[in-house]
Amino acid sequence: MSLVDLTAVSFAYGRGRTVLDGIDLRIEAGRNLGIVGESGSGKTTLLRLLLGLARPSSGRIGFRGAALDPGDRSFMRGFRRAVQAVFQDPYSSLDPRQKIADIVAEPLRSLKIATDVDAAVAEALASVDLPLDAAGRYPHEFSGGQRQRIAIARAIVSQPELVLADEVVSALDLTTRIRIVELLKALSAKTTLVLVSHDIGFVALLCQDLVILEKGRIVEQGPARDILSAPKHPYTQRLLESTPRLPDFA
Amino acid sequence: MDDLLTIESLSIRHAGRPLVSGVSLSVAAGERVGLIGESGSGKSLTALAAIGLLPEGMTASGSVRLAGRQVIGATDREVVGLRGAAVATIFQEPLTALDPLMRIGDQIAEVVRRRARRDGRSPSRADVFAEVTGLMARVALPDPARLARAYPHEMSGGQRQRAAIAMALACRPRLLIADEPTTALDVTTQAEVLKLLETLVREENMGLLFISHDLPVVGTAVDRVLVLRAGELVEEGPVAEVFRRPRHPYTVGLVEAARAFDQAIGAAL
Repeated sequence: MSLVDLTAVSFAYGRGRTVLDGIDLRIEAGRNLGIVGESGSGKTTLLRLLLGLARPSSGRIGFRGAALDPGDRSFMRGFRRAVQAVFQDPYSSLDPRQKIADIVAEPLRSLKIATDVDAAVAEALASVDLPLDAAGRYPHEFSGGQRQRIAIARAIVSQPELVLADEVVSALDLTTRIRIVELLKALSAKTTLVLVSHDIGFVALLCQDLVILEKGRIVEQGPARDILSAPKHPYTQRLLESTPRLPDFA
Repeated sequence: MDDLLTIESLSIRHAGRPLVSGVSLSVAAGERVGLIGESGSGKSLTALAAIGLLPEGMTASGSVRLAGRQVIGATDREVVGLRGAAVATIFQEPLTALDPLMRIGDQIAEVVRRRARRDGRSPSRADVFAEVTGLMARVALPDPARLARAYPHEMSGGQRQRAAIAMALACRPRLLIADEPTTALDVTTQAEVLKLLETLVREENMGLLFISHDLPVVGTAVDRVLVLRAGELVEEGPVAEVFRRPRHPYTVGLVEAARAFDQAIGAAL
């Protein structure tokens, strides 16, 4: 059974423009999925649907086979425990007035997970290579890359099965970016990742499967290796051709 | 060959803290120079110092010569005359360069008229409009006569950056400074804008100072590159040489990181 499955999912704001149209996709445990699209592709809306923050206008979203119902509180508690998220901007996604220990422990509190909170926070901080004394400090004392590690620690503290990451390295410098990639690679031994990004190079480093979104539709999906080596859809081809690479000076 | 821009031993300080230390670079006509650096490296401050627009409270020392004139210590009035004529700048976010309440054609027209006054001409409305639509066509904006009536919010990000480039071109500058000009754009749009910049710089024989954190983008846009780290130049040379055989450990790290992303999609090449 898929962890999450979408069948013929569409989304429109009111009677307005259709943002997502007929989305079919499956997230399988143990296979990282990259969702690639440019602005206006609907990738952020798709992420909101996957997080249960919005309901599709039509179609069905399943979580472990059962229909995802944002109105069902006990179902959603189990869902939130299993599915966590990390967002693009590590400056706005951490509460500046809270200590790191409280920020990282937040999912444990809000999901009422009975555990040794201090030990869980310490373990999460260690997994993202932050020193234990970070727990007593505030977000402003950390760099952008460190803040993103804190956000990742918060996402994994409840030991979720799935972490959705929205443009998590876009705001970071190249050298910081590559270290976050290494961290995510290590984490994906325990957790399945869904990476939403405009950057096909980034998702290609981490994902076994790819979904290419254009204007609210999936134009191509499948194993990353196949799509990268032989892109079929003209949009995927254009995306790959446009992605700048270091010139080959050899 | 005359340098359009010559920076020698530029240092910038704020509240006693050094932000840029001893940076030297030059750009000649037809030359495309890249300035690479991560956040806080001082690359944008270097560009702002070159056009005399450092934020208040920052002090610059050393020498910045723009079209042969010293910028450091010059009065605002002296530098204003150089902006536009000697140098035009495009920034990362075209929305901040455009007036949200003014139609795009009128914004470009303002620059066209200002340049005409500088040249001692007073063109008719029809002449100005013809030049505006000509410039818009030059930067490959579709249906210029119609789009000239659009407000910035009615245009896409790529169209807005093209409009900002058209405004820069309207000045007929000899040097173009582009500070992260494609960073806010989608990759497919970025590729188009980079191609446009390349064509314009070549055809107008402008000098280009291209500033970016993105190595592959810089690699395709320039011939010579300088690497800034924490306000200091750590390496410079022809782009092929620096990217093929980086010498400084910092550049080595940057190039390796960029190659890792390239290799991930390498199968598609």
